[in-house]
Amino acid sequence: MQNTILRMNKLFFKIFTLIIGFSFLYFPILTLIAYSFNDNKRVMVWKGFSFRWYKELFQNEQILEAFYTSVKIASLSATFATIMGVMIGFSLTRISKIPARPFFIFLSSSPLVMPEIILGLSLLLFFISSNHIIGFPSSKGQLTVLISHITFSVAFVAVIIQSRLSSYDKNIEEAAQDLGTIPNMIFWKITAPVILPSIISGWLLAFTLSLDDLVVASFTTGPGANTLPIVVFSKVRLGLSPEVNALSAIIMLIVVLAAISVYFINRSHIKK
Amino acid sequence: MIHQYFGLMIRYLKKQNFWFVFTPYFWLILFFFIPLALIFKISISVSEWGMPPYRDLFSLSEEGFKIDSTLSNYLFIFSDPFYIRSYLNSLSLAFTSTILCLVIGYPIAFYVAKSQANIRIILLVLLIIPFWTSFLLRVYAWKVLLQGSGIINSILIHLGFITEPISMLHNHYAVILGVVYTYLPFMILPLYGYLVKFDLNLIDAANDLGAKPVNTFLKVILPLSLPGIIAGSMLVFIPVVGEFVIPEMLGGSDKLYFGKIIWDEFFVNRDWPVASALAMSGIVILIFPIVIFQLMYAKYNFKNE
Repeated sequence: MQNTILRMNKLFFKIFTLIIGFSFLYFPILTLIAYSFNDNKRVMVWKGFSFRWYKELFQNEQILEAFYTSVKIASLSATFATIMGVMIGFSLTRISKIPARPFFIFLSSSPLVMPEIILGLSLLLFFISSNHIIGFPSSKGQLTVLISHITFSVAFVAVIIQSRLSSYDKNIEEAAQDLGTIPNMIFWKITAPVILPSIISGWLLAFTLSLDDLVVASFTTGPGANTLPIVVFSKVRLGLSPEVNALSAIIMLIVVLAAISVYFINRSHIKK
Repeated sequence: MIHQYFGLMIRYLKKQNFWFVFTPYFWLILFFFIPLALIFKISISVSEWGMPPYRDLFSLSEEGFKIDSTLSNYLFIFSDPFYIRSYLNSLSLAFTSTILCLVIGYPIAFYVAKSQANIRIILLVLLIIPFWTSFLLRVYAWKVLLQGSGIINSILIHLGFITEPISMLHNHYAVILGVVYTYLPFMILPLYGYLVKFDLNLIDAANDLGAKPVNTFLKVILPLSLPGIIAGSMLVFIPVVGEFVIPEMLGGSDKLYFGKIIWDEFFVNRDWPVASALAMSGIVILIFPIVIFQLMYAKYNFKNE
């Protein structure tokens, strides 16, 4: 009897903790979404349900252009970062005789723990100096933002790929090798399918890191390269903006769809 | 030692695909380490009007080769209590919010990790969604909530706790709240990663052997999740020290933070050498947590090889 009460208590505590925890995580976002349908210029005074701010959002040239720029930079950055992240993952887990291995581990994980304000400042100073010395990059703009985003995203992708590679059984690759399979074939037929879910997660993470970045982009951007966070920040730095509420709701929707697809990718992967 | 590595390197390059292995490292050296070295170089340069607004460290003229370096930027920072206070504010913000994230995040990570497999995956996705939602928009959400006419004030007035809306924005408590909220996933996810790996039977075993729940926690669960605690704490502490956006959106003039000072020094005062000296001092202060993170990372991610 006492045992049952104890167990009930534990279960209650568990459910209580999870409900409080998840409410804390979701309450602000959900409130923002609810108020995005508010037909009032004053964000927090409810006047009635409408899609007014969504319409205005889709007519706002500045936001649309920034969105397009951000998506372009983010997808390029994610692609390059994923390619290099895979290379790092491989060199750190598959090549045991790599010289000075601790140095390369250090190199690949350093950007994970560098405050973005220092990263942004250092990259900007670098671009300006290299422009003085070799004339490249000719001006600050989308290219410099792209290079900066690739630089900090690589480390995150590498962590994901490397943890997948070191957790799965290397013997499968060795068995294939013993059976005389050529190395390229081993990669495409065995390794690639195994790490594919991690590659997708890594790409998505790099994509969101780039789409999300305000500080580094503010330092490294130039004319014609206003990314979405830069525009949003300029709108909400001093006040509230109902258009930004609508934008939040749309981004939230995209993230939920992405999360659901990752969930299904990983689930089918676990079943295998 | 070095020639040994060099020999290994040569032998190795003949065998492996050089570019496949080294391209990403060249990239990181070029765009991560050289820029950091450049910050150091500019931090000991002399300020000057013009573009770029500092004098070259090395110059070659008729008088010969000259090194024009100075420590005045550092002396300037450390003689002004304004800068020192902003460092201390940032460190105390980072410390407070790391502790709060740990206290709030640990039970969540623990219970999610202990859930049944099918529920666990759903809870994990629910944890990752806020992590992927724009950081800026999550901070903005609190700005909306904490307004004088915001929903929290309305609820408090409805419940009769207060009669007039109270000002909850633009102070350092709002900043702490914003930081804890946005950085919580950085704490929960590494904790979860370690908690999910360990064998739940260990808890049952401790209980069966008569350990009190407190002792089971302190002597079994806590030590096994320590790497997660350290990793999560570093992933919160280090970026928060340089945080700019949250104090800018939710904070007021009661406390100034390190990130904001660098930003203003660079964008407003256009004093690059002082901004660089500030950034360098930031790295020096953070070197200890960064090294701990690196050692942990190398130890726990590569221990089997």
